[in-house]
Amino acid sequence: MANEFVKKVAEEKYKFGFTTDIDTEIIDKGLSEDVIRLISSKKNEPDWLLEFRLKSFNFWKEQTSPSWGHLTLPDIDYQDISYYADPTKKKQGSETKEIDPELMKTFDKLGIPLEERMALSGMAVDAVMDSVSVKTTFKEKLAEKNIIFCSISEAVRNHPDLVRKYLGSVVPYRDNYFAALNSAVFSDGSFVYIPANTRCPMELSTYFRINARNTGQFERTLIVCESNSYVSYLEGCTAPMRDENQLHAAIVEIVVMDNAEVKYSTVQNWYPGDENGKGGVLNLVTKRGRLIGHHSKLSWTQVETGSAITWKYPSCVLEGDDSQAEFYSVAVTNNHQQADTGTKMIHLGKRTKSTIISKGISAGRSENSYRGLVKIGKHADGARNYSSCDSLLLGSKCGAHTFPYMDIQNNTATVEHEATTSKISEDQLLYCRQRGINTEDAVGLIVNGYAKEVLNKLPMEFAVEAQKLLSVSLEGSVG
Amino acid sequence: MSEQQYIDFYTQCRNLIMSKSCGVMNDVREKAFKRFKTVGFPSRKSERYKYTDVDKAFQTDFGILFTPLGITPSAYIFSLKDAPADVRPYYNRLADQHDGITLLNTMLAHECLLIYVPADTKVEKPLTVDNWIKGEVPSMMNRRILVVMEKGADATIIVNDHATDKQEFLTTQVIEVYCHDNAHLDLYEIEETTPLTKRFSNVYIHQQPYASVRHSVITLHNGLTRNLCDVILNGEFSETTLNGCAIGSGKQHIDNNTLIRHNAAHCTSNELYKYVVDDQAVGAFAGKILVEKGAQQTSSQETNNNLCASPSARMYSQPMLEIYADDVKCSHGSTTGVLDETALFYMRQRGIAEEEARMLLKNAFLGQVIDQIDYEPLRSKIFVKVEKRFLGEMEKCKTCNLCK
Repeated sequence: MANEFVKKVAEEKYKFGFTTDIDTEIIDKGLSEDVIRLISSKKNEPDWLLEFRLKSFNFWKEQTSPSWGHLTLPDIDYQDISYYADPTKKKQGSETKEIDPELMKTFDKLGIPLEERMALSGMAVDAVMDSVSVKTTFKEKLAEKNIIFCSISEAVRNHPDLVRKYLGSVVPYRDNYFAALNSAVFSDGSFVYIPANTRCPMELSTYFRINARNTGQFERTLIVCESNSYVSYLEGCTAPMRDENQLHAAIVEIVVMDNAEVKYSTVQNWYPGDENGKGGVLNLVTKRGRLIGHHSKLSWTQVETGSAITWKYPSCVLEGDDSQAEFYSVAVTNNHQQADTGTKMIHLGKRTKSTIISKGISAGRSENSYRGLVKIGKHADGARNYSSCDSLLLGSKCGAHTFPYMDIQNNTATVEHEATTSKISEDQLLYCRQRGINTEDAVGLIVNGYAKEVLNKLPMEFAVEAQKLLSVSLEGSVG
Repeated sequence: MSEQQYIDFYTQCRNLIMSKSCGVMNDVREKAFKRFKTVGFPSRKSERYKYTDVDKAFQTDFGILFTPLGITPSAYIFSLKDAPADVRPYYNRLADQHDGITLLNTMLAHECLLIYVPADTKVEKPLTVDNWIKGEVPSMMNRRILVVMEKGADATIIVNDHATDKQEFLTTQVIEVYCHDNAHLDLYEIEETTPLTKRFSNVYIHQQPYASVRHSVITLHNGLTRNLCDVILNGEFSETTLNGCAIGSGKQHIDNNTLIRHNAAHCTSNELYKYVVDDQAVGAFAGKILVEKGAQQTSSQETNNNLCASPSARMYSQPMLEIYADDVKCSHGSTTGVLDETALFYMRQRGIAEEEARMLLKNAFLGQVIDQIDYEPLRSKIFVKVEKRFLGEMEKCKTCNLCK
C-alpha cells in the first residue's frame, strides 16, 4: 500500500514533463561553421556578432571538456544535437502577430502569465522556448522608465551599441569549454538594461523551456545596471521528460555600476531524469557578475532541484571599492542526479564583502558537491568573506562533498569558512512523529527549515514555489 | 622537465645504489623506476600539487648523498637490512605508487630506518631520529623510514630535520607507519633548516581497529617545504589527530597536504593546522576527509587558522569533505585574518610594547597546536623555539656542532 503510494508520487513528481505538439523549425543536427552562419543569418545578425561566434567556435574546437568536477559527465556527441529550434515560425501565409495558441497554452500550463491582464503579480516575463523568445510582457510599461527588457536577439537589432559593449565583457568566450560553445551557438535569452537612477518597478523574469527533441538550449542573458539603480531578476526553467540527455549550456553576464544593486534569483527545475538515472538535462552553465562600481551589490540566490547533472558556479568579481556580493544556494539531488555547484568570489576592490551560504541536500544515489573559490587580491584591503556550507544526507547511498578553495594575498582581509555534514537527527524526527506528523512530512518540514535561510532570500512568489518544489523533489526518498 | 636528470642518474648508478642497499629495497626499485619514467614529477595541474612547483624545486643539479645511517644501539631502532624477515614485507606497501616524489624516493633511497615496537610494549622515552644534511655542493638526500607498531604497542617518535651550510639542499622523505590493533603512536616532525633547503615529505599511515595516531608537523625554519600525509583508517574505533603549525617569513614556502580516508565505522579524526605567514612567505593547506560508504558513525573535524602578517604574504586554504555515508558528523572550518586589534590595544594600554604584544598574540595563536604535544620536555622546548623564532633568533642547540 505504502509502496504504491510512493510509486505514484514518484511518477507524478515531475509535473512539467509534458511536451507541446507544435510546428517547430529545427535545423539539421551538427555543429560546423556553416551551422553558425545559418543561426546568425536566421537571426539577421550584424557581422561583428557572426565574427564573435566564429572566433568562439574556433577556440572551442581546440578545447577539451573539463573533467575536474566531481561528476560523471556522459560523452556528449556535439554533432548529434540540433543547435536551433524555433517554435514561433509562422506557417506560410499567416501574417498575424498572434502567438500560436498552443504556445500560449503551454506557458499557461507552466503557470507563466503571458497575457498582461492576467498577470496579477506585476511581473514582467520574457518567455523563451527552445531557441527563440516567444514573448516579452510589459515592455511598453518598462519603456516609460527607459528600461530595456527584451530578448537578446531583439537587443542586437535595436540596441547594438549596448550589446556590443557588454557582450563577453564578463564571461569572455575563452573562459571555459562550455562558455566557448555557448558563445558560438547561443540562441536567445534576455537583455536587461536599467538606466541610471532608476528603480525597476517590477520583478523581471525569464522563463526557459526546452520542448523540441534532440536540441540543446544555449541561452545568453545580459543584465546591465547603471549607477544608483536596482533590479530584481528571476529565472525559471523546465523541460519535458525524455529518455535521452538534453544539453543546456547557458551564460549569464551581469554588470553592476556605482551604488547599483542586482538581485538574481533562479529556480532551476530542468527535468532530472527518471529514478534509474535515465534522461535528464545536462545543465552546464557559466554565470558571472562584475561589480564594477563602488558600493555596488549583487546577490545570487539559487534553488537547484532539477537536472541530471548540474555544473554551475555563479560568481562575482568585486572590482569596485566597498562592493558587496552574496550567494545563497539550496541544491537538492535525488535518485541519480549529480550536482557540482558553488560560487567564486574574487575580491579586487578595497573593503569588499562577500557572503556565501550554501545548503546541499542529497538523497537516493545522488552526488552533491559544493565547490567554491574565495580569492582576495593584493589590493583588496579590508576585504571580508564569510562562507558557510552545510550538507544534509538522506540515505546511505548518496554522497555530499565540500571543496572550498581559499587564496588570500592580502593581510588585512578576513576570510572565514565553515562546513558541516550530517543527517537529519533522530531526535527531530521523533519530536515530529510524536506530534502525529508522519515521517515523510516530518522530513519535508525539517528540510524546509534547514533551507529557510536561503529560501527567505527569494522573492515571495518564487519562495512559495521553491518550497513546494523542495518537498516534491524529496518525495519517495525517505524510508 | 627536470625528471630527466634523475632518470639518467639512476640509469648510470643503479648498480652502485643497489650495492649499498638491501634485497627488499632493491626488489621494488626497478618497478618504481619504470613508473617514475611514465609518471614523472607531478605538475601544478594535478590537484594535490597545485600550490608547489615540484619541477622547479628539482631543477638544480644536485649531488646525491648516500650517507650511511648512524644508529645508536636500541631495542627498537634498526636498519631495514638487519630486520627480521617477517618485518621486511611491510616495506613500500603503503606508499602511493602514483606519486612521483614517492617513486623517486623508492628508486633512490639506499637505506631504510626501521622502528619496530613489539606487541604490548610501551616505549617510555621518545625515539629520536635526527636528520642532518650538510655538504659543499648542492646535495640531495633520500630518506626512508618504516614504522611498525605491533598490537598494543605504544611509542613516541620525534623526527628532527636540520640543515647547515649555506648550500642548496633537497631532501625527499617517505615515512610508512603501520599501527596494529590498539597501538598508539605519537609522531612529531620538527623542521629547522635553512632558506636554501627544500623538503618533500610523504607520510603514509595505516591504522587497524582501536589504533590511535597523532602526527604533528612543526615547520620553524625552512626554505620550501611540502608535507603530505595520507591516513587510512581501516579498523573500527581508530582515531587520528593531525596537527601542524608553520611559521613562514622571508620567501619561505610551506605546503601541507593531508588526506584522511575513513574506511571503517566509528572512527574519529581531528585536524588542526595553524600558520603565521609574514614577509613574502607562502602558506598552503589542503586537507581532505574522505568518508567511504559504510563508514558510519564517523566523527571528523578539520580546522585551519591562518594569520597573514604582511601585505605580500600569501595564504591558500582548501579544507575539503568528501562523504559517502549518511550517519556521520563532519565539519571543517577555515579562517584567515590579521591579529585582533582590540587585543593589541588592550595589551598596549597595560604597558606592553606593541612588538611584544604582537609576539604574545602570535605565540598564543600557535599555542593551541603546541599545547597538544603530550611529551612535556618537547612541548616546552617547542614553546621556547617558537618564541625565539618570532624574535628572529635561530635556536642553537648546545649539543650540536653543526649550527655553530
